[in-house]
Amino acid sequence: MAGDPSTGDDVWVLGTHMTRFGRFPDKDWVDLASESSMAAMADGKVTIHDIDILAAGSLFNASGSPGQRIQKQIGQTGIPVYNVANACATGATALRTVYMAIKAGEAEIGLAVGVEQMGKMGMLTGATKKVSNVYEPSGRFGAVTGIDGYLGTDGMPGVFAQAGMAYANEHDGVGFEQFAKVAYKNHKNSTRNPLAQYRKEFSLEEVMGAPVMAYPNTLLMCCPTGDGAAAAVLVSGSRLKSMTKKAQKRAVKISASVLTSDPWTEDAQVLPDVNTLTRNAATQAYEKAGVDPADLDLVELHDCFATAELLHYDNLGLCEHGGAGDWIDSGGPFREGTTPVNVSGGLISKGHPIGATGIANVYEVTTHLRREAGDRQVKGARVGLTHVIGLGSSCAIHILERAAV
Amino acid sequence: MVAKKAPTRRKPAVSATAQVPIVDYLRLGARPHLRAHECTNCGARYFDRRNACAKCGRTEFKNARVKNAARVKAFTIVHRAAPGIPAPYVSAIVTTEDGTTVRSNIVNCEPSPDAVKLGMSVKLTTYPIGTDDEGCEAVAFGYQPA
Repeated sequence: MAGDPSTGDDVWVLGTHMTRFGRFPDKDWVDLASESSMAAMADGKVTIHDIDILAAGSLFNASGSPGQRIQKQIGQTGIPVYNVANACATGATALRTVYMAIKAGEAEIGLAVGVEQMGKMGMLTGATKKVSNVYEPSGRFGAVTGIDGYLGTDGMPGVFAQAGMAYANEHDGVGFEQFAKVAYKNHKNSTRNPLAQYRKEFSLEEVMGAPVMAYPNTLLMCCPTGDGAAAAVLVSGSRLKSMTKKAQKRAVKISASVLTSDPWTEDAQVLPDVNTLTRNAATQAYEKAGVDPADLDLVELHDCFATAELLHYDNLGLCEHGGAGDWIDSGGPFREGTTPVNVSGGLISKGHPIGATGIANVYEVTTHLRREAGDRQVKGARVGLTHVIGLGSSCAIHILERAAV
Repeated sequence: MVAKKAPTRRKPAVSATAQVPIVDYLRLGARPHLRAHECTNCGARYFDRRNACAKCGRTEFKNARVKNAARVKAFTIVHRAAPGIPAPYVSAIVTTEDGTTVRSNIVNCEPSPDAVKLGMSVKLTTYPIGTDDEGCEAVAFGYQPA
């Protein structure tokens, strides 16, 4: 399973970068994406003239040709551009687009960039229906008014709260305190990450006592909106072989790149099912990489809300089936635990500028595998996994391995 | 393909208030209930129209009356609600006696984790949510403790 560029068929991360996540009113999203793209190319010791393909993801700018906008800042070389949008899996989908082009032999080196500028956007929710003074049934459900708040919630804190509570309904040992521990852990982890939007530790009591958004999710258990970008330069194994020993040593192998959508399940007709497509993606990824969950030295997973992270311990096989509550109670996902999860601070504290998230977690794992993560370094990290969910739904998983050179 | 027309509003009668359901899959009348499109091949149920069944791909559907008795599968107590919605309220996913999953609110129940329980038995009920400029009343459904 170890990464070795002598097998030329693999795809590798050659360079990567993320901006700090936060709020940058003095910049626009094009600035952020360009800064990250150029830094990722510099990190990989390549220039825009080496890039054969560009994939760009920015959910809220998806109709505005974000990739071409970025090219105008960093170099218009005429290469193919793919603008992708896949909800919160947008960045990971851009990365996988470049991965597939290299796998297919259409490109040797490609650039993937994800960016979002959300500012203080407030709580994300479903589309609100215009209220008229005369009731007229309209839309696919013949609704006479917005249904958010009358027929359940469309607010993201509540949607993911219900996903967590459905798990609690099926398995013992899962409740408010186990969900709150996720946020306690991730806020604590972020104090070591200079790129995190928030870097403040809160006690478990403070997490549980914070204003309730949608029980059991309190304010400190919800990811913030914010601005940021992340980029990665990918290279084919055969091209990597022609590069310097140092480049080969710092390159990180993509042992698996998987994207799934949600298959039909009964519950998913009214409550998004974030579990089945994650389990399917994990099964495929472990098989492709020849890696077991026990081999993972760190995991960056989609903790948009504390209730979501707990589910994915189980979905990714990090704990026994049904045992996510016990696993966090035993300290398993903490920095010092059996499989550290979200040592970056996760979406909850590092931040979640939607288009950037799926590449930022690849940046994080790559940085640990290169042993360049400073204060937050997971010692001896060799194999890591990244996971994102885009509601609607999409799931992307990447398994990354340190070079054996 | 079932392409049922959305229910038309009834004109106000002299003695009774005209009512319209919040969504077309809520059927009012003497015994209010939900109506689903059910795939005649695999039995999968949908509250909106589908071109083909998302489970099996077949294209024949029939109307099915959904049972009113249900159990709470998941819930959340929403404190930060959409504009104009009184908070806190209880949003829930319930599974009906005949295995259909429904999103709704839990009503006639204190919005607290002490009062709402996972697995709790509930039943469908209806309540008015407003009246339009022509005097027509919109009626929503919720589930209350059984």
